[in-house]
Amino acid sequence: MSMTPRQKARVSQGIQIGVFALAILLVVFLANWPLIIDSFFRFDKIGGMFPAVILTGLKNTLFYTLTSFAFGLVLGLVLALMKTASFAPYRWLATAYIEFFRGIPAILVLLAFGLGMPLAFGTTWPQWVNVTVALGLSSAAYIAETLRAGLQAVPKGQMEAARSLGMPHWRAMVTIVIPQAFKIVLPPLTNEFILLTKDTSLAYILGMMITQYELTSFGRNGITEYGAGMTPLIVAGALYLVVTLPLSFLARWFEKRSAQVSRPQRAKKLTATTTKEA
Amino acid sequence: MSTSTPVQSAAGVRIAGLRKAYGENEVLKGIDLDVAPGEVVCLIGPSGSGKSTLLRCINLLETPNAGVIEVGGFTATDPEVNIDALRRRVGMVFQQFNLFPHLTVLRNCTVSQVKVLKRPKAEAEAIALRHLEAVGLGHLAHRFPGELSGGQQQRVAIARALSMDPELMLFDEPTSALDPETVGDVLAIMRKLAQDGMTMVVVTHEMGFAREVADRVVFMDGGVVVEQGAAAEVIGNPSQPRTQDFLRRVLDPTHVGLEAE
Ligand SMILES: Nc1ncnc2c1ncn2[C@@H]1O[C@H](COP(=O)(O)OP(=O)(O)O)[C@@H](O)[C@H]1O
Ligand SMILES: [Mg+2]
Repeated sequence: MSMTPRQKARVSQGIQIGVFALAILLVVFLANWPLIIDSFFRFDKIGGMFPAVILTGLKNTLFYTLTSFAFGLVLGLVLALMKTASFAPYRWLATAYIEFFRGIPAILVLLAFGLGMPLAFGTTWPQWVNVTVALGLSSAAYIAETLRAGLQAVPKGQMEAARSLGMPHWRAMVTIVIPQAFKIVLPPLTNEFILLTKDTSLAYILGMMITQYELTSFGRNGITEYGAGMTPLIVAGALYLVVTLPLSFLARWFEKRSAQVSRPQRAKKLTATTTKEA
Repeated sequence: MSTSTPVQSAAGVRIAGLRKAYGENEVLKGIDLDVAPGEVVCLIGPSGSGKSTLLRCINLLETPNAGVIEVGGFTATDPEVNIDALRRRVGMVFQQFNLFPHLTVLRNCTVSQVKVLKRPKAEAEAIALRHLEAVGLGHLAHRFPGELSGGQQQRVAIARALSMDPELMLFDEPTSALDPETVGDVLAIMRKLAQDGMTMVVVTHEMGFAREVADRVVFMDGGVVVEQGAAAEVIGNPSQPRTQDFLRRVLDPTHVGLEAE
């Protein structure tokens, strides 16, 4: 008995759906639901975590993200401009910085600032400063590469046209090149922001005061505090998603929009014989 | 262009012994070329002969290796020259237009007036609109460049350059990237500009335009000026074999003559 390719495809699809359904049924019926709910989903206890998880955990997560992103953005822009500079030592410096901080884990930088510096030099900066500086320093390396790519994606003719109109280099950068580069880097920059949001969880390693808890510390310490099993971790995870999912959609929207708008109409190359040279 | 003020081009160009190399590749091998105020010079020659490089040296988009360039009282090749001040008096029109895609047509024409010449916004807009109307595009002032056809974009690029009141205009193959049916509009604007007395250096393959508008035609090949003179002579009756060869190819669209050789 032979089947047409179409029939074969239908049969194979049927088998896949069957296996998938069976797997779900097995999970649903064989899983120890009371235990799972007891360990992870104590809905009755979730209410007790609010509003602290928002007012402390989420607030601090967003605060650390914003401060370290702002720091990383400024430093990243300086590094990107250095990396595209004509003065070679600037480029070397920027390259060394970027390669160094992209090559080591952010958590090491965080430990250096949160534990190392106070031990070695007796610095007593507030913990949020340590987090901001450490995550800012390491994200600057990635942001710099993103910005550099954006700056170099602006066609050279834009700078030339601006200079031909008498603009000094800095003015052409500020008014013509950077605004166009900004549109190009908006999607990848949003992704950097998402990564940074998650990286603020590394602050957990510093063992902060309770008022400085960000979502991960809140979730980890909530395990003992609320007697709701792992439920605080689930709540923390859900709140990360509340921040990152909309940003992720936003990034995709930026991407689509920049693909539509501001793409200069491609000039048709005249192939008439008058421009042909043998 | 009835609404535009007549141009009093005071600027001429004097080029002597100009050399430019990219690494080992010497692209300009000692160019001497004078352009009188109000004169229109068309540069013709095979691609790769250094026409664009010569034009770009005049407003210092490229840095010459040797020689002297003087533009309306500025010595471009003087290391102390104020590059931005020089460029303010020299308009440049590119083959690919290079309009600023993130700014409206009007802002394309005002941005440098406001930021560089420090003109008040209202005055800059009035000037820009006058030039946009002169190129027949006043009604598109609030559109973005991406919404315009190639020919319209190039006309905006000309209006943008003219809004800075240049005394010298450089055109680098301004119609080579255009659909054939829009070439005429752009050439008509350039013709009018020439009649108004603008000093112009035009790299072009439009022999009809060169014949009709140019006071002088300069034929370049291999980084040197091979032949120059009145359009009728250089195009109509070239004396150099290389010029004859080039023109035969350009003026014989089917290349039949070439094939027969
Ligand atoms: N930025 C550059 N770097 C290296 N070589 C270049 C550059 N610009 C132009 N050239 C070379 O210079 C020569 C002349 O170029 P160009 O002036 O553009 O000629 P044309 O405009 O007459 O076609 C070409 O061989 C080209 O490859
Ligand atoms: Mg060229």
